[in-house]
Amino acid sequence: MKVDLTVNGKDITADVEDRMLLVHFLRDVADLTATNVGCDTTSCGACTVLLDGESVKSCTVLAAQASGHEVTTVEGLATNGEMHPVQRAFHTEHGLQCGFCTPGMVMAIVSLLKENPSPTEEQVRQGLEGNLCRCTGYHNIVRAALAAADEGKVSA
Amino acid sequence: MIPSSFTYKRAGSAEEAIDLAAEHGDDAKFLAGGHSLLPLMKLRLAAPEVIIDLGGLRDLSYVTDQGSYVAIGALTRHHDVEHSELLGREVPLLAHAAGQVGDPQIRHRGTIGGSIAHADPASDLPAVLLALDATLVARGADGSREIGIGEFFQGLFETALEPDELLTEIRVPKPASDGWSFQKFTQRAIDWAIVGCAVQDGRVALVNMGGTPLRATAVEAALAGGASPAEAAAHAAEGTSAADDIRATRAYREHLARVLVSRALTEASSRS
Repeated sequence: MKVDLTVNGKDITADVEDRMLLVHFLRDVADLTATNVGCDTTSCGACTVLLDGESVKSCTVLAAQASGHEVTTVEGLATNGEMHPVQRAFHTEHGLQCGFCTPGMVMAIVSLLKENPSPTEEQVRQGLEGNLCRCTGYHNIVRAALAAADEGKVSA
Repeated sequence: MIPSSFTYKRAGSAEEAIDLAAEHGDDAKFLAGGHSLLPLMKLRLAAPEVIIDLGGLRDLSYVTDQGSYVAIGALTRHHDVEHSELLGREVPLLAHAAGQVGDPQIRHRGTIGGSIAHADPASDLPAVLLALDATLVARGADGSREIGIGEFFQGLFETALEPDELLTEIRVPKPASDGWSFQKFTQRAIDWAIVGCAVQDGRVALVNMGGTPLRATAVEAALAGGASPAEAAAHAAEGTSAADDIRATRAYREHLARVLVSRALTEASSRS
């Protein structure tokens, strides 16, 4: 079937199988491979992207469902070569170890801060309940989210 | 993991969705947020030949005040139920419980109607709507009908809906008091409840204590007879048929039911 998505501001039209998952569309059709497939069971959050500005797990959305909608991946966050405040905060706070969960963590935090620009530490931890870090490096991830919130100019 | 092949159809209206369901019969499944059905399809536990996507039916996403009850469109997402100011004020049990479903990403996609129609006894909202004594509205080719929540759940993943009927609205009577509580016990934050419990105004409903969500009628009878929360909670496992599975034994679930019902009744009575 023909699908038509806006990915990181760019229109992408493609003929795909009806059963194609959004994460495979992003990786294999749009050639945007930052979004990882982790558990593939809606648990780990590695595949988190924004769909119409809100975090979703792209392993559990059909490309067909996203047709006509806007998707943002971590590749779409930087503007004019400037890292997004959440990306910058991961850098300054050492918010990653192996990096596998990072694209999903960053997108989940972008969505979280859009809904709640000044979260408490507890709210950040709750807000990241759908993202697993296999290095268990949660502490600096939470610090990065709080640092990005402090910067106070987060926009998706 | 990818689902087995199917044909994707996007419904432009409730009528079109019902027509498509009538045309394809048992081969078709409605897809709302997809967060119950797609995981099953990826595991090949479900393999519908036709998927009817309801995601475009924005007119079935609403929360409105109808005087004695609150009407919720079946395609209202958990996120929107959680953050509804009206539900937060009038039916805090439901707004709170919706915020406990899955995780933020899941709540951005999953819908209240999808959760109810899927009828997984381990899901939170079916039991919550039992405790709230909700009424469901189903639309078919011949018009709409109301189904009491007590008659809706007929077995594991089985409901009173006909194959070509679409769940369109959930009607929640405004509770008489603030005597509510929702408790659930999970291994990880995002997991389904091993056991859960919803309480509203002396109605007690259990998550994952049998093939369907259940009213804990022995607890309710004890409460009506003047029992204390602790005394009433001792009856929580009566009439249940909890599973033995990889997460918990039946005996452990029965123990959890008594503990969670006790906590829920205590919290509910402290609020009312």
